[in-house]
Amino acid sequence: MAKRIEASNVTSYYGSFKAIDGISMTVEPKSITALIGPSGCGKSTFLRSINRMHEVLPNARIEGRLTIDDQNIYDPDVDVTAVRRMIGMVFQRPNPFPTMSIYDNAVAGLRLNGVKKKSVLDDAAESALKSANLWEEVKDRLNRPGAGLSGGQQQRLCIARTIAVEPQVVLMDEPCSALDPISTLAIEDLMFKLKDRFTIIIVTHNMQQAARVSDKTGFFSIDKTGEPGRLIEYDDTQKIFSNPVEKKTEDYITGRFG
Amino acid sequence: MSLLNQTDADVVMTPQNIRTKKLPVAVNLLVAVVALGIGFALTYGASIGTWVLAVVIALILYLVGIAVVAGRIEGRRAARNRMWQALIYAACVLAIIPLASVVWTLISKGASRLDANFFNTSMNNISARDPNGGAYHAIIGTLEQVGIAALLAIPLGVLGAIYLVEYGKGKFANTVRFFVDVMTGIPSIVAGLFVLSFWVLIVSPWFNDGEPRFSGFAASLALTVLMLPTIVRSTEEMLRLVPGPLREGAYALGVPQWKTITKVVLPTALPGIVTGVMLAIARAAGETAPVLLVAGGAAAINFDPFNGNQQSLSLFVYQQAGDASRYAPARAWTAALTLVAIVLILTIAAKMLARRNKLTR
Repeated sequence: MAKRIEASNVTSYYGSFKAIDGISMTVEPKSITALIGPSGCGKSTFLRSINRMHEVLPNARIEGRLTIDDQNIYDPDVDVTAVRRMIGMVFQRPNPFPTMSIYDNAVAGLRLNGVKKKSVLDDAAESALKSANLWEEVKDRLNRPGAGLSGGQQQRLCIARTIAVEPQVVLMDEPCSALDPISTLAIEDLMFKLKDRFTIIIVTHNMQQAARVSDKTGFFSIDKTGEPGRLIEYDDTQKIFSNPVEKKTEDYITGRFG
Repeated sequence: MSLLNQTDADVVMTPQNIRTKKLPVAVNLLVAVVALGIGFALTYGASIGTWVLAVVIALILYLVGIAVVAGRIEGRRAARNRMWQALIYAACVLAIIPLASVVWTLISKGASRLDANFFNTSMNNISARDPNGGAYHAIIGTLEQVGIAALLAIPLGVLGAIYLVEYGKGKFANTVRFFVDVMTGIPSIVAGLFVLSFWVLIVSPWFNDGEPRFSGFAASLALTVLMLPTIVRSTEEMLRLVPGPLREGAYALGVPQWKTITKVVLPTALPGIVTGVMLAIARAAGETAPVLLVAGGAAAINFDPFNGNQQSLSLFVYQQAGDASRYAPARAWTAALTLVAIVLILTIAAKMLARRNKLTR
């Protein structure tokens, strides 16, 4: 099910501001890829380009090719919602729907896409919540509001919501930055589990996390503020963290950046 | 840095410098009583006014007094805090007085005609010497006119706001927003004149053998014109408060935009939207001028909002208040009380409905 993602020469703009410039990388199916780099270097912009979320913002546009199993998702005849159904996304801050219960949140993607059958929804809710390591904690209170959970639980609920629609790629934009170490560990464990089924790309500021979870790591950087972000180095995580080719990468991961 | 190294007694936390004397409640009360005493003594001693002036003087004296006394006992910062606190409480009481006064006046004066007869008779064939007569026809009129206006204005207003927030970009949306703002300032009499010249004089003759005709529906149209901008603006503000990440969360699940709006954005903003809608309805229910201009008012019951003159509660109040009959003022008061009660009941019902939707099912 998982898909190969190929970006070639992806350049994104916010109005006239060029946020990222000429990003090319290939992401293998069923792998975890980490994107690291200083703030404002375009990691999130690139991530949001992969499921066409970038264009939700006013005046945002994109150039270049981004293919998923050789299908360019930026072709004019591509249905955006179909692309997004295939490529799920978990955001930096947990964003469960405040008017919905835990159950409704978990199956929101299915229900809002027209699935009505109770048995299908029940099964999907249970398996998604189980996959997200949340089932045991919430199975007795599925009808309580999703916003009443703790931060870590909310984030796992958002992950459950994302995987309930059976996407092929899961994008994670700093999913642990608002969480304590225990919840972070729970989500990292979860990522290992999900790797069997999904291609995962994660943006993180936590380099230990990148080193722990990912198979490949891409390092993004900018020359100075106002310049577009570039992909400096992209290689096996092992290599990036032990023996990077670029001086910039080494400076960044050893803390001597700037 | 200097703060950390300092060993000055001011910075080190000791029982002395984190504890202060508190102003005893008795002293506070004493200041209030003395202020009131002086206020009344001054006003009535010099006979320069009534109790209202006495209370105002007492309030000023209390503010000064509490600042001085608290300053002596607790220090400057605490004194300033107490003064502002007293000022805010006073402002709050001042704001509530007119409201309470309105409610009290309505109930005390409206109670005398609060009988079954008032609610099930009209003013048809009620002469000036007849103490009976009621507002049944006016209640019907208000409910029908405001109901139709709400049916027209709520969908249009909410959809318009959705357009402005979710879809509207560029010049056209800005133009719409500008005209909505302009419409907010339209006096109700102008809305009435607009419907009079357009609907009553031009359109209604088509359905009525060339004769222009008043109708409750025309009043509804005028009320719609008045409600629309309020609903658009308040709904727009509420929709803007819905966090962007919530929309993105839905988009990321592959949910199309219209479904994101109807199933995620609208439910989240619903309580606020309901408040805005109820404000608009309350305003419309109290409008007199447009109803007078285009529905004409009536003494008899008319259930049909599309045909012939219709009464409304606010218009009934206006007419009874100016009526020469000695029984008319009582009817006016009771009608005013009824109008307030209807709006109150509608508001409470709407809020309860909105809350029930938001709670867990």
